[in-house]
Amino acid sequence: MRYDVDAIRADFPIFETGIVYLDSANTSQRPRQVLEAMDEYYTKFNSNIHRGAYRFSEIATEHYESTRAKAKRFLNARSTREIVYTRGTTEGINLVAYGWGRKHLMAGDLIVLTILEHHSNIVPWQILAAEKGARLEWVDIDEQGRLRQDQFAALLEQSPKLVSFGQISNAMGTINPYAEMTAAAKAAGALVLIDGAQGAPHAGIDVQAVGCDFYAFSGHKMLGPTGAGILYGRREVLEEMDPFLAGGDMIRTVRKEGTIYAEVPTKFEAGTMPIAQVIGLGAAFDYLEGLGMSSVRAHELEMTEYALEALSEVPDLTVYGPPASERGGVVSFDVKGIHAHDLATILDRHQVAIRAGHHCAQPLMDRLDVSATARASFYVYTKREEIDVMIEGIRDAQRIFA
Amino acid sequence: MAVQGGRPSGGSAEHGRTGGTPPSEQDEQFYREYILDHYKNPRNFGRLEAPTLSHEEDNPLCGDVVGIDLKVSDGQIEDVRFHGRGCAISQASASLLTERIKGQSLDDARKISKEDVFEDLGIAISPARVKCALLSLKVLKVGAWGLGDWSGEEEE
Repeated sequence: MRYDVDAIRADFPIFETGIVYLDSANTSQRPRQVLEAMDEYYTKFNSNIHRGAYRFSEIATEHYESTRAKAKRFLNARSTREIVYTRGTTEGINLVAYGWGRKHLMAGDLIVLTILEHHSNIVPWQILAAEKGARLEWVDIDEQGRLRQDQFAALLEQSPKLVSFGQISNAMGTINPYAEMTAAAKAAGALVLIDGAQGAPHAGIDVQAVGCDFYAFSGHKMLGPTGAGILYGRREVLEEMDPFLAGGDMIRTVRKEGTIYAEVPTKFEAGTMPIAQVIGLGAAFDYLEGLGMSSVRAHELEMTEYALEALSEVPDLTVYGPPASERGGVVSFDVKGIHAHDLATILDRHQVAIRAGHHCAQPLMDRLDVSATARASFYVYTKREEIDVMIEGIRDAQRIFA
Repeated sequence: MAVQGGRPSGGSAEHGRTGGTPPSEQDEQFYREYILDHYKNPRNFGRLEAPTLSHEEDNPLCGDVVGIDLKVSDGQIEDVRFHGRGCAISQASASLLTERIKGQSLDDARKISKEDVFEDLGIAISPARVKCALLSLKVLKVGAWGLGDWSGEEEE
């Protein structure tokens, strides 16, 4: 079946504004189906879940819980008990750092990260390491932005307790060899967390085949609303973790003398959760399943190849990262003599939205010795013509700054 | 990448403020002539040998850096240089600020507001670029005079 990008774009009301949106790695747009699913909840059966003994609450609970089954299918998890709702990737990683790390990590233990990581996969570990007296080590990259596997192998020989890395780099687009890295880390006895913030929307994952212990991602980067995400956790590991947030819903019984927690995953879901957003995320899973993740990936690869080719014809422009076949739909670049923020401002005048800055990956920016890059990122709705408009804008910026 | 480095103009006459009207706020004018000239030919760029006051700040969000050296005598700013790197807005804003304060009294310099800085820039600054535009003023206020409570960036 042909990939019909115009038909897809028709599902996204925001494109009626004329925006050329090349910032989907930051947050994606949402199709009508996702917005309608949330509207339906608010207008037809709005109520709290899991506790009302009336019909609306039952319908709301059913819709809310159906997202868990969709996430299980999307990830190929063994059970819906392995699917924890979160606000997003950041909360998922913090949940692991707190619930697993505080309980199981000891002084002197090693956590292995990579220089490609987003701040959300750095700062929770820094806090944990400081608290526990644990060590952090970083896997470096080669000149093309690939993780140095020789160095990773050497770090694994030091028997880390945890290895945490991104499936796809948000700043450079590098698709890491996550299956191989996970297998090697597991063989070395480490737990493995994969940051799927960029991987889930653009490639998906089979958590059983890969064998990671945790996989954290956000709904808002994969056509869903803000405020809802998923943490996959291998059940055996989740069972051995302490709660993260405490309060209502995450308990079984509360007495003055003490509390028995609910079973996983409810144990990690305290308070009233973002019900509408979780329902919206369910619709996003449906939408992506309808397209097929392999088609999504193929379309992005086509856009990325097209963009890299077009950018290579612009003088005084440096692209960071590996060739298209090894990267997600992300292209980071730098135009000589024009700061990324100035470029973004000029592109904005061409109705083109790109990201400019450090992409929440300052250690990587330090490693590349740049203060900021411009980043264009693509998704299911991106068209070649949009990339052409961006190139025109870059050339305009070069004329202005000449 | 960086501003054409190490070319202190010494605030010479031909680089002084023209006295002409700043460009209109039309989009067309954005980044043209006025700002770009200050970006490419920064006034008072470089370092002073023995500054009375010297301070530097950065904006980690985009990596802009601005530092200002002042030579102050009898309450008058006799000489000023700035250094740094970053976007056109941050560097042009610093260049314009040095022109404004050179020869001024400290008291007058203290009174410079963010509105003054925006007026000097003469273009509409979007919310995302406010920090770039005000970085040099922050250096001047917070650093040089230790006005730690200056909250110009955060104010509406």
